[in-house]
Amino acid sequence: MKMLSRKATFNSHGQDSEYFLGWEEYEKNAYHEVENPSGIIQMGLAENQLSFDLLESWLAQNPDAAGFKRDGESIFRELALFQDYHGLPAFKKALVEFMSEIRGNKVSFDQNKLVLTAGATSANETLMFCLANPGEAFLLPTPYYPGFDRDLKWRTGVEIVPIQCSSSNGFQITESALEEAYQQAQKRSLKVKGVLITNPSNPLGTTTSRDELNLLVNFITAKGIHLISDEIYSGTVFDSPGFVSIMEVLMDRNYMNTEVWKRVHIVYSLSKDLGLPGFRVGAIYSNDVAVVSAATKMSSFGLVSSQTQYLLSVMLSDKKFTKNYVSENQKRLKQRHQMLISGLQNTGIDCLKSNAGLFCWVDMRHLLSSNTFEAEMELWKKILYDVRLNISPGSSCHCTEPGWFRVCFANMSEDTLNLALQRIKAFVDSSTTTNNNQSRHQSNKNQRRKSFTKWVFRLSFRDREASER
Amino acid sequence: MNHSRSRRNPTREPDFPTAKPPSPGGSSGGGAGAAMRLIVPLQGVVQGRGGLILGSVIPGALYYFFQLYLKRCRSAKPNSNPPSPSSSSAQLADLSRSSSRSNLSSRGSVGPVRVSARANSIAKPNASPYYIGLERASEDPYDRFDNPDGIMQLGLSENRLSLDLIETWILENLERSMIGGADGNLNISGIATYQPLDGMMEMKIAVAGFMSQVMGTTVSFDPSRLVLTSGATPAIETLCFCLADQGNAFLVPTPYYPGFDRDMKWRTGVELIPVHCRSSDNFALSVTALDQAFNQARKRGQRVRGILISNPSNPIGNMLNKETLYSLLDFAREKNIHIISDEIFAGSTYGSEEFVSMAEILESEDFDKDRVHIIYGLSKDLSLPGFRVGVIYSFNTSVLAAAKKLARFSSVSAPTQRILISMLSDTRFIQRYIETTRERIQKMYVAFAAGLKQLGIECTKSSAGLYCWADMSGLIRPYNEKGELELWDKLLKIGKINVTPGSACHCIEPGWFRCCFTMLAEEDIPVVIKRIQRVVET
Repeated sequence: MKMLSRKATFNSHGQDSEYFLGWEEYEKNAYHEVENPSGIIQMGLAENQLSFDLLESWLAQNPDAAGFKRDGESIFRELALFQDYHGLPAFKKALVEFMSEIRGNKVSFDQNKLVLTAGATSANETLMFCLANPGEAFLLPTPYYPGFDRDLKWRTGVEIVPIQCSSSNGFQITESALEEAYQQAQKRSLKVKGVLITNPSNPLGTTTSRDELNLLVNFITAKGIHLISDEIYSGTVFDSPGFVSIMEVLMDRNYMNTEVWKRVHIVYSLSKDLGLPGFRVGAIYSNDVAVVSAATKMSSFGLVSSQTQYLLSVMLSDKKFTKNYVSENQKRLKQRHQMLISGLQNTGIDCLKSNAGLFCWVDMRHLLSSNTFEAEMELWKKILYDVRLNISPGSSCHCTEPGWFRVCFANMSEDTLNLALQRIKAFVDSSTTTNNNQSRHQSNKNQRRKSFTKWVFRLSFRDREASER
Repeated sequence: MNHSRSRRNPTREPDFPTAKPPSPGGSSGGGAGAAMRLIVPLQGVVQGRGGLILGSVIPGALYYFFQLYLKRCRSAKPNSNPPSPSSSSAQLADLSRSSSRSNLSSRGSVGPVRVSARANSIAKPNASPYYIGLERASEDPYDRFDNPDGIMQLGLSENRLSLDLIETWILENLERSMIGGADGNLNISGIATYQPLDGMMEMKIAVAGFMSQVMGTTVSFDPSRLVLTSGATPAIETLCFCLADQGNAFLVPTPYYPGFDRDMKWRTGVELIPVHCRSSDNFALSVTALDQAFNQARKRGQRVRGILISNPSNPIGNMLNKETLYSLLDFAREKNIHIISDEIFAGSTYGSEEFVSMAEILESEDFDKDRVHIIYGLSKDLSLPGFRVGVIYSFNTSVLAAAKKLARFSSVSAPTQRILISMLSDTRFIQRYIETTRERIQKMYVAFAAGLKQLGIECTKSSAGLYCWADMSGLIRPYNEKGELELWDKLLKIGKINVTPGSACHCIEPGWFRCCFTMLAEEDIPVVIKRIQRVVET
């Protein structure tokens, strides 16, 4: 008796990938400084806990914001009844100004082109519903955020075709990779509707270069497709080169009000830049009237609480606070980032040079028993169960090269991070001694297996995708 | 600028100019027309010796070059290679069709090509009087002092009668409730960080407790069977995604809440099959009618996945009794389908009748629980539509597992959960609130129904909801949907009151109107009656 829909019964939500299994293990045996000091440390959650104190002090100094009061007067009634899918105007105004501030005021945004959603998760899905029909595809550069497999595909029926990026050039997007991906889609009889990038990148932690952005604009112009720029980490850029928004590039090329300009859409959220994922605030920004119109109506399925909108409208209008928060937060992220990369360096582990985000893209290829994804899984499991750290394996991000891992650094205290580094060092030190003995023996075998396993993996990867359809 | 559970068209939204999908027949096929205008006279000109050959080759060649030119302008699509030139006119017709289609894509500036088909249909301004009326009323809202000639909003089922109680509670208890930790210190991590996307456990416990309280404590709800969503709107859409595939259908007794047409169909691709109820039975739901509808659907090859009922009913305001609920369960079991029971008005009762939830029936009987799912929310009973809190309550663990994962697309904001956990846990306050709000709704209902009666307008006997179902069939001419809409229009333009016509709710009998009275103050009722009278007398 088949009682549920196909969407509910098949695992197209991608929830069974390792990315999520690690979380389950963590839930069962979570690290706690006092109560469970040998538990698993969560380094797979891109959450920013470094600047809570700033938020707390602001809230303490601004009780009216949370107290439904404006200028001392209670506006509770108004908020209790407010469910307009156009969003609270004061909030949208403050939000677009905040977005502009993060971009150094080089770009300005029109609040009427902004659609509010319950988190970026909802924003991304809604954009898919608006831009693509079931069976059509979007191209995404790898590695990408594992959640996209679920958020972009599940209910929408849209497909993802990867744009393969490699470590040889720091995982940058190249013209040939774009073309290849487009051809791949054609081979699979998938109509490509657009490209989706995350800038700054998750999981790489790097800002997209101007060259890459220009490349993308050329590509979407030539193909007549959309570009979605998920810029939810735009405020976490702590080092040079600075953040360049796709909107800035379009402006520089005088593309305002052209057809291409209308095909570029931005996704934003306050979960990363302001450290408020619990608030569930996301946004879609589009220059296309039809997209804004459809997305606005679809936002009925994920409106932001009026209480939250009002609270944030006051907070974001406090420009002194936001300026200070963003710069202080970036300082702290930079310091943490430095702590992680130098700690790893001491252990002989390198990271991809990065300047943004809440994580590092760590190169553990030299720790693999073989250059295969099986070995990566092996290593990941060892790190999860023996070292007791939950990190995200590159394969869950669809990375084409085994051995890369995403490690988050902003969701824990300094002490916890230090402990994590100690654990890694201990693990690497102990395994290097044993490995040295075996490595000479293994390397010959590996050469032969490398190309074979790569082929096998690609086959199984395609099968996995097929079952998720 | 407020809404009911359903969205309405904003004033600022421009009309989407090219909402029509491109018609394959080439209605805008400039290219095709031009080609034909060239070819036909050419064929005439070269009639005669060798004319047939020349007459085909020349236009054929011209056409070939024309296609080549178009191909260069168009973005590459492997399946749409232009057909090779031929001499038969039948194939020319085919060519002209594909030429116009390629014209559209090469122009690149047409709306439909940019967005998905789904977005296209959604972006269109809504033509239903339900939404139009809501929009008009919000443009010129009545205010007893500031705008006494404005439009009175009776088309939005919102309860404003007891907001004062909630406001007082909030102002007295807020600081402590929102982020105050046990030690009195601010602790933002409880609201800032990622919370379970289907709702915090404390919130589920509080909401389960509230549901029980509001339904008369005759039934208890298990917090682990709740999934919280940002309003009842996503709750119902999520359930649809879980229970039905595209093209499947739900049986829905009419008249029903106009919002269902959007919430349940838009993105899911699910169909709604109306099952008509009549005034002769007091709009009671009959299993025979359900059975008929089910069989007809089967004949059409349409798979029915479940029944959607709203209990208390919107827009009628009546409640289903135990016998009906039992027979519904029997029917569902016989056909092996689901039941979705939208119980969002469960606490807004005012008659002597007690509300009976589906959950209560299942608790007491050994029924097949896996097929029953309940929708709830805080927008009506707690007057907090702005806070966006909806509930899916299910006995089916697989549905719950899927709904939990889907809840990520519509999660409830954490600071809002914190406040509500505090408020809902104050069971004494909640009890007082529930009782007071019931008294106030009843008072308004009695006054309003009496006022309508004076005008000769009867309402269906109802005992719940924030509205009455008024019979104005005697006032419409002709006795059909057109007449009904004319009266609706008059009421809006001349009477300056917005009510919801029955046709928007798919009522099969013309002349019925849903009038919400909980957005008014008592003093406003005579004003409403007078205005209706004005229209009635014209």
